Amino acid sequence: MTILIRGASLLGASAADILIDDGVIREVGAVKAKADRVIDGAGLIALPGLVDLHTHLREPGGESSETILSGSRAAAAGGFTAVHAMANTSPVADTAQRVEMVAELGRRAGFVEVRPVGAVTHNLDGMQLADIGGMARSKATVTVFSDDGRCVGDALLMRRALEYVSTFGGVIAQHAQDPRLAIDGVMHEGAISSELGLRGWPSVAEESIIARDVLLAEYVGARLHVCHVSTAGSVDVIRWAKRRGIAVTAEVTPHHLLLTDDAARSYNTVFKVNPPLRTQTDVDELRRGVADGTIDIIATDHAPHSLASKDATWQDAPFGMVGLESALSVVQATLVDTGAISWDDVARILSVTPASIGRVSGYAAPLAVGSPANITLVDAAHRENWTVERLRGRSVNTPFIGVPTVGRVMATIFRGKATVVDGHVVEDEEMRTP
Amino acid sequence: MKHLLSSAQLSRDEAVGILDTTLDMAEVRTRAIKKLPTLRGKTVANVFFEDSTRTRLSFEAAAMALGADVTTFTAQGSSVSKGESLKDTLQTLEAMGAEFIVLRHAHSGVCETVVNSGWVDAHVINAGDGTHEHPTQALLDAFTMRTRLFGDTSRGRDLTDLAVVIVGDILHSRVARSNIWLLRTLGASVTVAAPQTLVPREIESWGVTVVSTLDEALESQPHVVMTLRVQKERMSSGYFPSESEFSELWGMTSARLRRLGENAIVMHPGPMNRGLEIAGAVADSPQSTVTDQVANGVATRMAVLYTVMGGSR
Repeated sequence: MTILIRGASLLGASAADILIDDGVIREVGAVKAKADRVIDGAGLIALPGLVDLHTHLREPGGESSETILSGSRAAAAGGFTAVHAMANTSPVADTAQRVEMVAELGRRAGFVEVRPVGAVTHNLDGMQLADIGGMARSKATVTVFSDDGRCVGDALLMRRALEYVSTFGGVIAQHAQDPRLAIDGVMHEGAISSELGLRGWPSVAEESIIARDVLLAEYVGARLHVCHVSTAGSVDVIRWAKRRGIAVTAEVTPHHLLLTDDAARSYNTVFKVNPPLRTQTDVDELRRGVADGTIDIIATDHAPHSLASKDATWQDAPFGMVGLESALSVVQATLVDTGAISWDDVARILSVTPASIGRVSGYAAPLAVGSPANITLVDAAHRENWTVERLRGRSVNTPFIGVPTVGRVMATIFRGKATVVDGHVVEDEEMRTP
Repeated sequence: MKHLLSSAQLSRDEAVGILDTTLDMAEVRTRAIKKLPTLRGKTVANVFFEDSTRTRLSFEAAAMALGADVTTFTAQGSSVSKGESLKDTLQTLEAMGAEFIVLRHAHSGVCETVVNSGWVDAHVINAGDGTHEHPTQALLDAFTMRTRLFGDTSRGRDLTDLAVVIVGDILHSRVARSNIWLLRTLGASVTVAAPQTLVPREIESWGVTVVSTLDEALESQPHVVMTLRVQKERMSSGYFPSESEFSELWGMTSARLRRLGENAIVMHPGPMNRGLEIAGAVADSPQSTVTDQVANGVATRMAVLYTVMGGSR
């Protein structure tokens, strides 16, 4: 199967044709050869396939809100070709057998590469290390370990985890939330939580853990990745750590680049996320952090929840919103269209660097001849009021329905196969490798 | 006004209107026949997911005094506090004919959630939600202050130039929040006295003055000192070290009462911890309005039911 993309703008720069054959990019430039399928790329921007380092696919245990298949489809719709499936499933992904099952179900779904994340501690209990070596050396070759949803709060255990994971060349992705400082917190602590009478989750509960962890990473000589950075102070701490030469990387979610704690005034539970939406000052500093490279990547923290579970009081509702389908639009609106970064940077923060942190192969040289054909075509000029039809996963807990959005993923190509064409997910049975 | 969700939602004129309607209702309650037929044939559902006998009885008395049929639902414990069950409970009560839902719940914002999510079409009255608001308490407190301080010249007045001190656990108090916002709307000045652990962050944006101790707050000779119930479990959570220290610095003692002017009043929303936030002798003194507050509660809730029904004076 050959695919020819005609006249797409490479990373937002000059237009060229891209010829794909046998899952690999064969030619880039003015291509004369014919192909089985031709995609008109005029007016579209060609990006490398997007890589998400932080996705909740919910399977096993949470199939009512998402499955590996439905989440993979949502990922493809959002322009992703690889996702990292977080470990906080039920049962927890803390053994070789369980991560291999996740990887295998991902392979069968066939929309994206599903890279399992392994738990740091057994059953996320924060007490005893999970089977880290077993997961690293399994067929799933786990490289990212995280207790996401929970913080590895014990400093001694965190030190050991950093050391142990580094034995296998992996990285700890820390959910930075001091469990005591943020106890029972359900929104950002500040003027609005005071007014709404909701228990606060203070910025310092994130910042103090990041400060501790970068020092630990420096001390033991390990890599550290910080999940969903949400405060201006955290950006400062990470900037300081990087200047010091500490091997730390950090992610921010699209929603933390756009929304503030003001949204909680409605008590609309779709805005309840963890870490919580913070203030405009934080949003501005997070954007600056992405622009100056302090924050390395965008990660969705795609967190599907059923309508029934979100149909509750703010205190009872679970944390999280889905993000795979909307991520690129939010990044375009908050960072590209504002002039903070270029499309070239988008390729870096949504593909090259997340792949590098997760040790996903094939993403080092985006859109280069010889690279695996993982490509996303974006219509950046597209404008629409989002509808629920844009969501291709099983859950619809997003605040963007009915909201004006910019940009649209028109095509996604995963290892030479089109998973999205003309803006629609290809629902081909052949997609699913038996 | 279809619902009463918060005191923050009230304009000055709306608030004064409810206080004046409360005057009318209080007058009805002095008659031989203490009832109005206003809500005859209508059903008021009192839905209390959190126990509060006095507030529930007050709303029941108010609804019955307006001729309504009253259904009471009480439930405690987390098994029924989940959203799904809340939604089902309210929809069941509405299906049984409730046109007014008086809702008390341990979770902040529950009334906004009920109204915004469109679960029910009934009038919703907030009878206390978590640590957020308790608007009928603030209205009955404002009515009590206005009556005590302006007597027969109360009607039509707001609380301009009134100086109110609120002392104690502001952080966890819905009574404090609702009072602060309503008092500010009505033109009163508010000083808060509390340890920093019990002051909400960025409270200055509410237009109040914050001082450390009750003695400091009393220096300006306020017209009203409002004490708040202290939950004793706050001690084990590190908000303050001991009952005796709390009482020494923020308790309304007899000595402090003597420093107030004779016309000043001391309030408490109840139930009181005598000897902790308020001395027994202060609670029983003529300057205490504790029983007035309870009595005014019924008239205030009659006025609120009347107002959300669409009645105007």
